[in-house]
Amino acid sequence: MEPECDKLMMEAINKNYADMDEYPVTTELQGCQWRPMSTNPVRNQPERWDLLPSIPDNTHILCKVANNRCVNIIAHLFNAPVNEKEAAAGVGTVGSSEAIMLAGLAFKKKWQNRRKAEGKPYDKPNIVTGANVQVCWEKFARYFEVELKEVKLREGYYVMDPVKAVEMVDENTICVAAILGSTLTGEFEDIKLLNELLTEKNMRTGWDTPIHVDAASGGFIAPFLYPELEWDFRLPLVKSINVSGHKYGLVYAGIGWVIWRDKEDLPEELIFHINYLGADQPTFTLNFSKGSSQIIAQYYQFLRLGFEGYRKVMNNCMESARILREGLENTGRFDIISKEQGVPLVAFSFKDKNKILAFKLSKNLRRFGWIVPAYTLPADAEHMTVLRVVVREDFGRPLAEKFLSHLRIALHELDSVMEVPIPTIRYTMELRPADHVEDDGALPLPNVVILKQEVEPMDKSITLTGLLFQNAITS
Amino acid sequence: MVLSKTASESDVSVHSTFASRYVRAALPRFRMPENSIPKEAAYQIINDELMLDGNPRLNLASFVTTWMEPECDKLIMAAINKNYVDMDEYPVTTELQNRCVNMIAHLFNAPLGESEAAVGVGTVGSSEAIMLAGLAFKRKWQNKRKAEGKPYDKPNIVTGANVQVCWEKFARYFEVELKEVKLRDSYYVMDPEQAVELVDENTICVAAILGSTLNGEFEDVKLLNDLLEKKNKQTGWDTPIHVDAASGGFIAPFLYPDLEWDFRLPLVKSINVSGHKYGLVYAGIGWVIWRSKEDLPDELIFHINYLGADQPTFTLNFSKGSSQVIAQYYQLIRLGYEGYRNIMENCQENAMVLKRGLESTGKFNIISKDNGVPLVAFSLKDRSRHDEFEVSDYLRRFGWIVPAYTMPPDAQHITVLRVVIREDFSRTLAERLVLDIEKVLHELDALPSKLLMPPAINGMKEDGTVIKKGALEVQRSVTDAWKKFVMAKKTNGVC
Repeated sequence: MEPECDKLMMEAINKNYADMDEYPVTTELQGCQWRPMSTNPVRNQPERWDLLPSIPDNTHILCKVANNRCVNIIAHLFNAPVNEKEAAAGVGTVGSSEAIMLAGLAFKKKWQNRRKAEGKPYDKPNIVTGANVQVCWEKFARYFEVELKEVKLREGYYVMDPVKAVEMVDENTICVAAILGSTLTGEFEDIKLLNELLTEKNMRTGWDTPIHVDAASGGFIAPFLYPELEWDFRLPLVKSINVSGHKYGLVYAGIGWVIWRDKEDLPEELIFHINYLGADQPTFTLNFSKGSSQIIAQYYQFLRLGFEGYRKVMNNCMESARILREGLENTGRFDIISKEQGVPLVAFSFKDKNKILAFKLSKNLRRFGWIVPAYTLPADAEHMTVLRVVVREDFGRPLAEKFLSHLRIALHELDSVMEVPIPTIRYTMELRPADHVEDDGALPLPNVVILKQEVEPMDKSITLTGLLFQNAITS
Repeated sequence: MVLSKTASESDVSVHSTFASRYVRAALPRFRMPENSIPKEAAYQIINDELMLDGNPRLNLASFVTTWMEPECDKLIMAAINKNYVDMDEYPVTTELQNRCVNMIAHLFNAPLGESEAAVGVGTVGSSEAIMLAGLAFKRKWQNKRKAEGKPYDKPNIVTGANVQVCWEKFARYFEVELKEVKLRDSYYVMDPEQAVELVDENTICVAAILGSTLNGEFEDVKLLNDLLEKKNKQTGWDTPIHVDAASGGFIAPFLYPDLEWDFRLPLVKSINVSGHKYGLVYAGIGWVIWRSKEDLPDELIFHINYLGADQPTFTLNFSKGSSQVIAQYYQLIRLGYEGYRNIMENCQENAMVLKRGLESTGKFNIISKDNGVPLVAFSLKDRSRHDEFEVSDYLRRFGWIVPAYTMPPDAQHITVLRVVIREDFSRTLAERLVLDIEKVLHELDALPSKLLMPPAINGMKEDGTVIKKGALEVQRSVTDAWKKFVMAKKTNGVC
């Protein structure tokens, strides 16, 4: 990140984000999301504290519900149906893991409430996702006792199939989770199709199953590169979206965001009103005390880059990804798994289906300093091994080309190890000045003296460049 | 002859920020701005707005560290772009976390062999730590009940009403019932006897607090352990204890090493502590330590194939910054045992100075005990004219942030002001605070009381005439009613 932002972060490092009362501006930058809805007896009144009869100052019901700046900005980026001056519902978290847990909790509670009202059992909630889902969904499922129903992958199709997903939905499904920017291949799932199929099914069954979009990577890419792609709140069944500020939001590790469509999608009983340091604070997060630096950094990025800045950065990333992809295709050894439309990353596997090759290449590249992970795909495509290069903001064309040249060397090494080793003899020789100089104008040939001769037990072949020797003359 | 003047508008980037057009534009609040702006302008604008935030070091409400040495700031800055969870890429950072866990486990007298690795993890704060510990208890209890063939759908947890809000969060989010031991007048922590009475077969654990948020007191964990052992022998339920040592965990070992509250007591199975309180690190780091591997059910641990390598992980958060772990390690090796002890002794001294200063004004009751977290909680002796909230308000004008809050049930009629003594609160600051408090009291005495009750609302005066409510009284009574309504809805958890 830019040095100016580093400075801002350093200055904010001793501010505990949870002290909302002490640091109202920091809070406003994030957004103290909403007021306790249920305590507002007059439904039609706009919910603003300053319209109330004068509350004496000494009650400290401060609730500095200023406008969410970052939350609002992101909500509008995702086309949330909020009015111009209305505050969006969302919160800053420590990362997409926490964001997903909060979103999942909201869905679970909402579903439980509905089932209780209908008088039906509510002890077996489940969630439908693809097998390509990131581990924090499995964490959520395990820790919060929700069953995970995974749509298996297949060869050539490495994301969740909307048709199969909708088939798996039953009355206990709390939501369907789609990913924008799959971890493994960077692909965007077809959320529009999912929305259509699910709407049809909901009409038939009346279960009203919602969608959550895990846009951890894709949330800061799609709005800038693919603005016509409908994946966000424009689709009516999408109720919440999470995005990582620390991925393509261009902030250091430690910040994520979750946005809800509107306040109704967030059950009131999950929101805590606490009397912290003397003031009332509504909060819905898992973590409490944490640093404020990342929120300030996120706002800095929004302000500094603006829409065009982000778009330019993403375009550059895509360009670097394209260079990489072409370079890899030119070697002729790889199949490119990642699609062109998606997160700027390149996922490739060897055409030769030897599993070990990918891991070996990864190890070889490590010698040059590059860390390129190799991993097997999840069920049912476990026979595939994939290498993945993520193109971030700071991976420009020069680095991309350097990487390609290192890759070629590494490939070459890989190949040479795989061939049968050529037996080699190593000579140690000395070139001495000629005994006599001919008078015909030709260069005098040196005397070649062989000092040592040994058979080399090498398993690599090294091209001998330019060593010409004739019959050795032993002295 | 034509003189061609290069009529160039000077390059925008040359303008000083305050001369540029950027300070004229309204800051974006709802939508991302269309265009980029130069980085100096962005920095200046945000910096200026943040000036209006309070000064963290004058924030006497918080336990969280607000000052660290410049060398440590340098380390933090250098590590700021390291994602902690990339264990394969940053193995040393992972190693540092493990070292911290081991050091803290030994500080808490965990029963480990000489070179045995402790079981614990670094978290983003005590909230996450408590959730992880609670999860482990819940899962262990469920497994036990399943094996016994008994119902396992109604777990509960026994705590005091003085418990910090994250226990209530844990209870609500993870669907565990919270059984609170109510406080009573002049006893503001959990009563071990009442707690043990509340334990039943569905109790997954009893949570004791070392360093109550409200008045810094240490709960009597030893007594709780003894009583609970007796009950366990009678019932065979094997209910464990968790110690929430968020504040006290880095104080008791240095100031009160003979106090038995940690793993020396056999029923204590896990302890959490906040690195960012008296661990002397900036906000964003907590630790949870388990007694042994058996206390952490294996099914909760995830082994993931992240970036190509196997990683066992048991945390709620995944990607996060590494700076705080490094800072914690820095503090542990830089200060060492004697350093921490010196700092805690200084805090205790300064707390005594403040306490004596407040007592000498003659207007305050001191609620906090001498033994405990170095903080001073005090309330006004005479609340008839002004209350603690006003004192807090007026102190704000001097720059001090001193919170005022009511105690949880059943002691809601008590309001306290609380000053936390952190590492960077020196004696000079303590004396200055006492002076400022005296000034505030003088000012308040000179003012008419805000709490003067209006004459009987809508009632009868002595001579029988009915008084109609004036507009101001109507407003007041509506406000009071609304306040009561809101307060009743609030979960009055204090941090």
